[in-house]
Amino acid sequence: MEVSFGITGKDYVIFASDTSSVRSIVRMKSDEDKQKEIGKHLVMAYSGEPGDTVQFAEYVERNMRLYAIRNHIALRPSSAASWTRAELAKSIRSRNPYSVNLLLGGWDPTSNTPHLYWLDYLGTMATVPFAAHGYGAYFSLSTMDRYHNPEGTLEEGLDLLRKCINELETRFIVNLGKFKVRVADKDGVRVVEL
Amino acid sequence: MSIMELNGGSCVAMVGKNCVAIACDLRLGNQALTVATNFSKVFPVTPSTLVGLPGLATDTMTVWEKLRFRTNMYEMKENRKISPQTLAHLVSSTLYEKRFGPYFVEPVIAGLDNSGVPFIASTDLIGCINFAKDFVVSGTASEKLFGMAESLWEPDLAPEELFETISQTLLNAVDRDAFSGWGAIVWVVEMDGSEGKVTKRWLRGRMD
Repeated sequence: MEVSFGITGKDYVIFASDTSSVRSIVRMKSDEDKQKEIGKHLVMAYSGEPGDTVQFAEYVERNMRLYAIRNHIALRPSSAASWTRAELAKSIRSRNPYSVNLLLGGWDPTSNTPHLYWLDYLGTMATVPFAAHGYGAYFSLSTMDRYHNPEGTLEEGLDLLRKCINELETRFIVNLGKFKVRVADKDGVRVVEL
Repeated sequence: MSIMELNGGSCVAMVGKNCVAIACDLRLGNQALTVATNFSKVFPVTPSTLVGLPGLATDTMTVWEKLRFRTNMYEMKENRKISPQTLAHLVSSTLYEKRFGPYFVEPVIAGLDNSGVPFIASTDLIGCINFAKDFVVSGTASEKLFGMAESLWEPDLAPEELFETISQTLLNAVDRDAFSGWGAIVWVVEMDGSEGKVTKRWLRGRMD
């Protein structure tokens, strides 16, 4: 039931995740943050098995930080995604795999380009202009196909996100409540109000 | 739902007159949902050999990373590029190492050896090599590729003709397969003096 979206534009990447923490028929929390800032310009939105998600996300965050400490430079989005993919690929054939799906991405200061990667718990990785995880993908990817502008401004990107969330509110049986939205660009990562 | 059909994708390789061609589709899916339309399954190994790795996408990337490591080490130790025949055996042993927990890919290999003699091969997911003389196919559209290749292929096709033949083989086969398609890339390898020359072309296909 968890949903996450990622949208790239001219010089930014938008990440949106739902904020409901649900067990069976109960919504325990409606302000859960399902994203981690794993670098100055890098965000990771996670979804999947509760517990596994936060454990894996923190593992990635800490290893990114360790790399930056050791090497005095942060990993670029493509490298961070490759490392994360390799960890997931190791995990899937282990005794107790992490069941976590991710949208990883951000701004690459070395090439001044936005990047977005779709990763799943098997270690599949795809470079995409926009993406979604969960049931929400079935509702919103077509909207994104139609209205996405790769050279769009931040306002255009947020508009597209509003269209997608609207689609879910209209057609998805589960009410997901508010979305937590982050933008990664050359100035870093910030939370935005939709 | 077989694990080999989770992500979808297909590859084909063919032999021509002093040239080879290899092609793949670009779809990456999650069962019926298409996730990306730029996921190539073919990777260059040397300037005159390429390997296609259709199957489970995570293993496509993992096996490619392993092969890249092993072929780089080969080049450093032997101080020469790996020949396509040796590469086929390298792929085979890499896969057989995981005999009881295999990588879910069924590779196709295509290349020209040092003297310009064309070579293609394919293996199953545990490394059994098929040394075909004409064409090899793999992926979710493999049956359709067999049908198309059997009808369209003939021996001693020139590079331009081979390009047309392999393109039509791939395009029409993936159009009948729900899990493959969304674009295609074809690589044609020929000898340019003593160097391999690779021409890479994107195909305009049905985007559905």
